[in-house]
Amino acid sequence: MMRRFVQSPYAVVLVLAIVVAILPLLLPSLFYLRVAALICIFALAVVGLNLLIGFAGQVSLGHAGFFGIGAYAVAVGPTHLGIPPWLALIVGAIAFLVGRPILRLRGHYLAVATLGMGLLFAMVFANESAWTGGPDGMPVPRLELFGWRMAGPWTWYWIAGVTLVIGAWIAANVIASPTGRALRAIHDSETAAQVLGIDVARYKLIAFVLSAVYAAVAGAYLAMFDGLVTPEVAGFLRSIEFVTMAVLGGLGSTLGGIVGAALLVLLPQLLTVFHDYEHIALGLVMIVVMIFVPAGIVPSLASLLGWRRS
Amino acid sequence: MPEFLQFAFSGLTVGAIYALVALGFTLIYNASGVINFAQGEFVMLGGMVTVFAHAAGLPLPLAALTALVTAVVIGLALYRLAIEPARGASPVTLIIITIGASILLRGATSIVFDKNFHSLPPYAGRDPWIVGGAALLPQSLIVLGGAAGIVAALWYFLTRTLTGKAVLATAANRLAARLVGINTNAVVGLSFAVSAAIGAIGGILMTPITFTSYDSGTLLALKGFAAAMLGGMGNPLGAVVGGLMVGLLEAFSAGYISSSYKDAVAFLVILGVLFLMPQGLFGRSGVERV
Amino acid sequence: MTTLLRNSLKLAAAAAFIVAASAAHAEIKIGAVLSVTGPASFLGDPEKKTLEMYVADINAKGGVNGEKINLIVYDDAGNPNQARTFGTRLIEQDKVDALLAGSTTATTMAIIPLAEEAKIPFINFAGAVQAVSPAKPYIFKTPHTDLMACEKIFEDLKKRGLTKIAMISGKDAFGASMQQQCMTVNKKYGIDVLHQETYGPGDTDMTPQLTNIKGTAGIQAVVNPGFGQGPAIVTRNYKQLDIKVPLYESHGVGSKQYIDLAGAAADGVRLPAAALLVAEKLPASDPQKKVVVDYKTTYEKATGQPVSTFGGHAYDGLMILVDAMKRAKSADKAKVRDAIEATKNFMGTGGLVNMSPTDHLGLDLTAFRMLEIKNGDWTLAN
Repeated sequence: MMRRFVQSPYAVVLVLAIVVAILPLLLPSLFYLRVAALICIFALAVVGLNLLIGFAGQVSLGHAGFFGIGAYAVAVGPTHLGIPPWLALIVGAIAFLVGRPILRLRGHYLAVATLGMGLLFAMVFANESAWTGGPDGMPVPRLELFGWRMAGPWTWYWIAGVTLVIGAWIAANVIASPTGRALRAIHDSETAAQVLGIDVARYKLIAFVLSAVYAAVAGAYLAMFDGLVTPEVAGFLRSIEFVTMAVLGGLGSTLGGIVGAALLVLLPQLLTVFHDYEHIALGLVMIVVMIFVPAGIVPSLASLLGWRRS
Repeated sequence: MPEFLQFAFSGLTVGAIYALVALGFTLIYNASGVINFAQGEFVMLGGMVTVFAHAAGLPLPLAALTALVTAVVIGLALYRLAIEPARGASPVTLIIITIGASILLRGATSIVFDKNFHSLPPYAGRDPWIVGGAALLPQSLIVLGGAAGIVAALWYFLTRTLTGKAVLATAANRLAARLVGINTNAVVGLSFAVSAAIGAIGGILMTPITFTSYDSGTLLALKGFAAAMLGGMGNPLGAVVGGLMVGLLEAFSAGYISSSYKDAVAFLVILGVLFLMPQGLFGRSGVERV
Repeated sequence: MTTLLRNSLKLAAAAAFIVAASAAHAEIKIGAVLSVTGPASFLGDPEKKTLEMYVADINAKGGVNGEKINLIVYDDAGNPNQARTFGTRLIEQDKVDALLAGSTTATTMAIIPLAEEAKIPFINFAGAVQAVSPAKPYIFKTPHTDLMACEKIFEDLKKRGLTKIAMISGKDAFGASMQQQCMTVNKKYGIDVLHQETYGPGDTDMTPQLTNIKGTAGIQAVVNPGFGQGPAIVTRNYKQLDIKVPLYESHGVGSKQYIDLAGAAADGVRLPAAALLVAEKLPASDPQKKVVVDYKTTYEKATGQPVSTFGGHAYDGLMILVDAMKRAKSADKAKVRDAIEATKNFMGTGGLVNMSPTDHLGLDLTAFRMLEIKNGDWTLAN
């Protein structure tokens, strides 16, 4: 009974909803609330990326590009064009257009193509300073909903937390659906999947577009939460950070993505005790975790507790 | 015409450095299947250790040798302490390990040395030669010559020595190589050592022109990786051609199109090439076993 | 035995509590979020060293108003989101009395709303003018603005009768911001910008861009806004291509490192910079001489590295804050804010500071000196 419950993707969503709901009661200050909100925002992007990497098996080193498009859409849209922020979702269409040709590439070639794509987006944000404020970035207008000004850690904790739960729920639905099975088949072997009559290109594109939309929503939230956006949101290092979060937490596990995001958001705060040795410690943590739990924290822990057949 | 030549000199010098980084990626990838994102740190170490050993009083050749040995030791340590224990992990996991290693190396360098930029005196004269109206620094020739020398030595090693053939055999099929009695672990270790050495030599040669600092490796790793993929991952010739192409593309687009988007042009061409040739310029088209 | 143990534990706990409580009362907490690592570490690193050095010095001399300063430094690695998180931590968690933070414009802009909302005096080290324009009650800054650097360069160009220039600027935040500011005031000085080029952070060869500048007819001078290793490479490539017209660098190269990297190619280059770089060369009558010579000697002795104007900005920030706390006779946030705003005739490494309710920088163009590099050293240009 317990085992079946834990294995169900919906169990994770339920547990997540409970954690998100009671966490604020345990947090002693606004600082912790901000960190929790950041974890929710980054976790949202990673849950989406996990659909692409963990389930479809396609590595993207350019997802910060979509994250950045989301962030800049809520800054540039209302400021220069007078369009509402939710138009950040336009990223879905962009991902669709970019995804078709890019996803023909496999393995490391896909990685380098997505890397180039992400860099191109970041370059546009840094160069077109008349629109984007250049490398110094630009302020993001505060969103007002029915006269309610959306600002501060409390507001954004709830927005990001609820969205994360919804995002995890959608991911669980996708994973349990025929699409999820098709993605897993593609992960195991594209050729075999094709032989089985699976439209490989179509399913890869679905995963790509979905993950891009997750990233864009997360990027838009971060921009509105910080009230400021700079080109580093779309940078190469941010893309690497997303992949690291997904892999550390555990590929193919929604909970893993969330744990990975939490770990990498918390580490810089925890490692301040090391002062100048911060980066050495961060590098060491990454290496050691990957050596001892190569499948990622959550899947390895689950199999250790006997919750998952391996 | 002088402009064209000037752009070409610039592109070839920068491209030669990218080519050496790409070569390092290729060697390790061939032997172990690992994309080593710490490759740029070897270049950085080559430069930084030479600078500080030289400042501490060692003559330049000895300082360069110290840097080379340091990089090789660190390359071997990376393999023994971080890559080998994680054997069998997925390629993405191994990539994260090398990224962790590069963060660690950068952090350690900033503490052991410092966070400033450093330079070395040029190994030949300081005054440029005027060739066809374009100014060429003697040091650029040293970088190009050094890169060519490394490529030639590597070619000789891989095709004319037994150890080199063992490396190629391991790259082609690790299991088969082990079956014919090749110590594949030693071969992978060797490829890390050779890659580290190539990176360090690149760093030693380029520092008089490009300077070096604790975080100069990141960008080089990025460009080198792109160059290796452009050429076709796993092909040493492809790595060299890819590196030179990226360098030339940057220089010519900065000169003729727009300096703001010169990196964009380079990456657009890479994307274009990959769409037409999904395995890169010289890559083998792989057969997927089901 | 166990009772003894338990009692001594209780005693220890009580003692720890008393120590903690008294410490909480008898210290001034100053929070710093600096870009100690990352692309802006050439700013954040000397800032951090300067703050730590001088806070230790102030504490050794008895502190401020009889209270010791507790300096808390966090590294944002140049990332504005990280800067905001650490800013929140300093305000909400560490409960600091004042902020000396923001190595770059972006990280500063990320912290400004927090300081405004919490009503905490915040002196930042951002280059761009928007950090204090329009003036917000609690926000102050110490570095000269990039607009001032442009004006100083254009003033010098005009004096030399050079009106047609080209610009090659870094694509980083510093270079891009200064390039924009220059383009807003060039007409005021009658300067025509005939050609513009850029280069990326980490680029290692700028000869293609400079070849195009060389090929542009009628150019009388070249201006290079940028920081880090970029300007040094530009300077070397400039010499390599044998471009004859004068080259102007920005205040972004305000450390000896630039001359070391660029070598002989730097000879004849001009730049606007704080008097700190020419500390020893100032005439004895110069009112700024004492403060800059003192800071330079202390910094170079403590760190073994050449002094930079960036560390100087942190020095000025700390001294203005400490001076304000002394005048306010407390660390009360509102009183300290009023005192900072009332700063008059404060001589810092950056120049003479006169704050007012509308001017939270307090420096004017005289704070910049026009320097020329001769024989591998800074000299005052005339």
